[in-house]
This record gives sequence, C-alpha cells and structure tokens, in this order.
Amino acid sequence: MYLAAEHFVRAPQWTWYILGYFFFAGLCGGCYALATLLRLVGDPRDEPAARLGFYASFAALIFCPILLTADLGASWSKFWHMLIDVTPGDTGLSFKYWSPMSVGAWALFILGLFVTVSALEAYWLDRRKSAQPLGGVAGRAFNIVGGVLALFFASYTGVLLSVSNQPVWSDTWMLGALFLASGLSGSAALMALLTRYRPDSVFTLDRILEAEAYFSILELVVLVLFFITIIAAGTAGRTLPMFLLWLIALAGIAASLVAARGHLRLLPGGRSAVIARATTNVLAVAIPVLVGVLALRAAVIFSAQ
Amino acid sequence: MATAIKPGESYGFFTDTSICIGCKACEVACKEWNQLQGDEPKFLADSYDNTGQLDDQNWRHVKFIDEVPAQSVDSGNGKAWLMMSDVCKHCKHASCMEVCPTGAIIRTEFDTVFIQQDVCNGCRNCVAACPYSVIAINAATGTAHKCTLCYDRLQGGLQPACAKACPTQSITFGPLAELQQAADVRLAALHSQGVAQAQLYGRDDTVYGGLNAFFLLMDKPETYGLPNAANAGLPSRNNVGGYLAALVTAVLGVFAGVVAFRRRTES
Repeated sequence: MYLAAEHFVRAPQWTWYILGYFFFAGLCGGCYALATLLRLVGDPRDEPAARLGFYASFAALIFCPILLTADLGASWSKFWHMLIDVTPGDTGLSFKYWSPMSVGAWALFILGLFVTVSALEAYWLDRRKSAQPLGGVAGRAFNIVGGVLALFFASYTGVLLSVSNQPVWSDTWMLGALFLASGLSGSAALMALLTRYRPDSVFTLDRILEAEAYFSILELVVLVLFFITIIAAGTAGRTLPMFLLWLIALAGIAASLVAARGHLRLLPGGRSAVIARATTNVLAVAIPVLVGVLALRAAVIFSAQ
Repeated sequence: MATAIKPGESYGFFTDTSICIGCKACEVACKEWNQLQGDEPKFLADSYDNTGQLDDQNWRHVKFIDEVPAQSVDSGNGKAWLMMSDVCKHCKHASCMEVCPTGAIIRTEFDTVFIQQDVCNGCRNCVAACPYSVIAINAATGTAHKCTLCYDRLQGGLQPACAKACPTQSITFGPLAELQQAADVRLAALHSQGVAQAQLYGRDDTVYGGLNAFFLLMDKPETYGLPNAANAGLPSRNNVGGYLAALVTAVLGVFAGVVAFRRRTES
C-alpha cells in the first residue's frame, strides 16, 4: 500500500509573475493589518508609522493586478472574467466560495478599495498636518474591516496552492498560515525599513521590530509544522532541490531573531540609545527578512513544478 | 452506437484497454476533427509513444506501458505490454470545474465537462487541479484546452471522432448506462477466462463520483498513471483545513501585534 499521496498531475506553470504577486500580496495585506493595529492599540505618536503602513500597503497593491494580468498571457484582456461570468445565457457575477482563486480575486478587488481609501486618507491627513484620523468610530470600523480583509488577502494565496492536486501544495494545510506569518514578518521589516524616510515615525521603530521578532517566531513554528505535514505525506523529497531557497528563508528568520535579542536587551536603557542601536540594525534585519519572504514563496512554488 | 444522441442524457466513453492495439487511430481522428496541429514532432525513445502526454494538442493519447514485471502465464508468453488510449475522464465531480474561477468549465447537456473558450482566461487553476494531467494551456489562444467529447459532433448527432475511428472497438461511445452494462459483461467474460487482473476504473463512484469516460484496465490504476480511489481527492478537501490554520495564525499574529504595539507608560 502507498503511505504517500500519489500525484499524476501536471504543473500549472505558475512561475515568476505569481511569485511576485504572492510577495506583494503578503506585503499589501500585512502592511494594512499592521497599520490598522498601530492605529487601534498604539499610542497617538504611532500614527505616522500607521500612515507609513497604509502607504506601503498601497505601493504593494499596485503590483498585484498588473502581475496577475500579465500572467494570463494571450488572455490578459479577459482578466475581468475572474469577477464576471460571461457564459452566454448565464451571465452574472462569478463567485465560488470553495475556489480560493475566485474568493481571492474578489478580496483583491474589495481590499484594493480599502487600501486606496486609507492611503488617500493618510495623504490627506499628512497634507493638512492633522494628527487625528478621519471618521471617528466609523473610520476605525473601516480600518478593522479592511484589516480583516488584509489578513485574508495575505493568507489566501497559500490556501489557493493547497486547493489543487499538486504534490507538496495539496499535501499540507499550512501554506496559508505560512504565507500569512511570513507576510506579516516581511511587512514589519518593510515598515521598519521605511521609517528612515519619515523621521516622525521613528518613535514606533522599536515596536515594529519587536512585532517583527514575534512574527518570525510564528513563522518558524508554522514552517516546522509545514515540514512535518509534507514529510508525513511522503512528498518532502520534492522540496529538497529547493534547500538553498529554504536556507535563505531561514536566514531571514534568524536575522530577525538575532537582532531582536540584542534589541530587547537594550530596551531598559535610555530611549535614544535604543533608537540609535535599532537604526543601525534595521538594514541588517529588514533586507534578509524581505529576501527570505521572497525565497520562502519561491521554494514553495517551485517545489511542485 | 446507432441510437440517437439526445440532450439531457449522460454520455461517455468506455475504453477497454484489453483490446487496444496501440494503433493511435484515435489520436489521429481526434486531431483531424478538432483541427489540432499537434506538438512539434519528437522522438521520445519511450516504447512506441512519441506523443508523450495529454495536453492542449493531444486530447487522446495512447499510453504504452512496458515497465510491467514479467507475469508469463506459461513459457512463451512474454512480459505484459499494456496499451491504453487515455482521454479526459469527464468526472462526475470534476476537480477542474470545481476550482475554475471564471465559470468557463461547464457540464453540458450531454453530461460532459466542457471548457468554454470565450470565457476561459487562462488562469491555469484547472491545470493545477486536474488529477489526470489532462488539461494544458494553448499558448496561442491563452486558454485551457482538453477533450470536448466532440461536443460539436454530439450536437449534430454524431459520435466522437476517436470512437468512430477505433478499429478494435477498444473505445466505445454511448449512453453511460449502456456502456456500464457492456463493461460489466466484458469484465465478467475476462474473469471467467482467468484474467484475474482485469478491473474497471471509474465505472462506480469510488473515483471522483464516477467517470463518464471510464476504463477496463489490465493492471492496477497506478500502473497506468491513474490515482487509485484512496488518492483521488477533490481540491476543495483542503479548504477548511487551510483556512483554519490561517485563521489560527491570524489570531496569533494580531495578538503578537497588540503585545508589540500596545500603549505603554513611559519608563
């Protein structure tokens, strides 16, 4: 009898465009979620960093539809068929809750509106030098709905891979979790990196790096669970050729955790000393983490193909 | 099959591999009717198979399986050499149709699975889903292609080209119930002749709810590159688990964010 799942499936040739999309989807969703959290539970002095997050989310968003459309090849002009079923005699909205690609297309569309509105709001507030976010309770509710959508958006790409019959992808339930954890980690790294271009956001830097460390721990745990599940399914061997990519992903996690050790030790000291210390470390953390986020997705995508 | 082809009834193929002679008339007839150019000619050095696989240009593919261990009945009977004309299975529960985000993949009035070319936008989700490696993208049109079970011929009251061309009636077309009956008779005959390894694949609902294009095989399904019942899962089986793991991670992630970002009293 076969312990292992047997696969006779053809690879879908989801390659570089999709890798790019998964990367930016993780950052777009992650940055929006983190910006929302900063606004909701943070200090008023965290507001500049929150706006930084909304801007970063918008910047990442722009790449998403472009990469997806380019991936369709000769059918690129039919990208809108993801949302609208044009079957003659049966025209209408196309939504299948059991197909992550269908749900994800809608999530991209609706989250895109939230991300755009929040980025415009941030721009408006920055122009008027206003500290208070717009909309009061309604504004907060808007951010929360957007934040939930953002968390979904950062994770569904992994579920999409699992909802197939491909080796590795369909042998685990951990891909959505893995992409979400690494997306949050990458988003924290990106926001930490961007604080250098916005002096008033530096106040939040050590908190972002602290969150970054927690997300890296989360990612490491999920990564271990991922490997346990594919070893149990008997398809772990297929991801062995990707070991260099896995190493790069692990290096990103390690960079974050090593930096967090030194960083957290310094916390009780004078605040200026902490910030100076953290600033010198940001590049050494953020770059490996972001490269790791990309490498992790590449390792997963190319394991099956 | 002489009976008229009526919309609303289930049609399919019964492919009896025990009488396939590997002539590839089905491949040729299919390409001719469906105007498929075929892939670039190549020599695969793999038995008599130079087609390689089902894809956007090959909607029938005669598989030659000669890696079968020798099981001679008596001296002089060499090792088994299996041939099988593979095709889209037109599954009752079709993985491709399940994941298709555009609604391009439909079930026709003949109960077959059909990809509407003007609706498909080439996302390749069906390629990732099809457990039989049937579907492939046509680079020229940017859409997913596979066997249509000669949808156009059925609409005109004609049987599919491959079944019509098959010289040994290894491929038969007809109403599903009739095919299933014929398959049962054939299987019983083979078993009574001592051909114990003969088995039907996709005749009952153990794989993908039953296949409209089902087979009589001379070995286990895995030998032919077909998933057995234990490995025949629909893509959607991973929805709940995948989303649940993501949800737990999201809750933990939000918690971590709250811990890191919460308001603190200045020390």
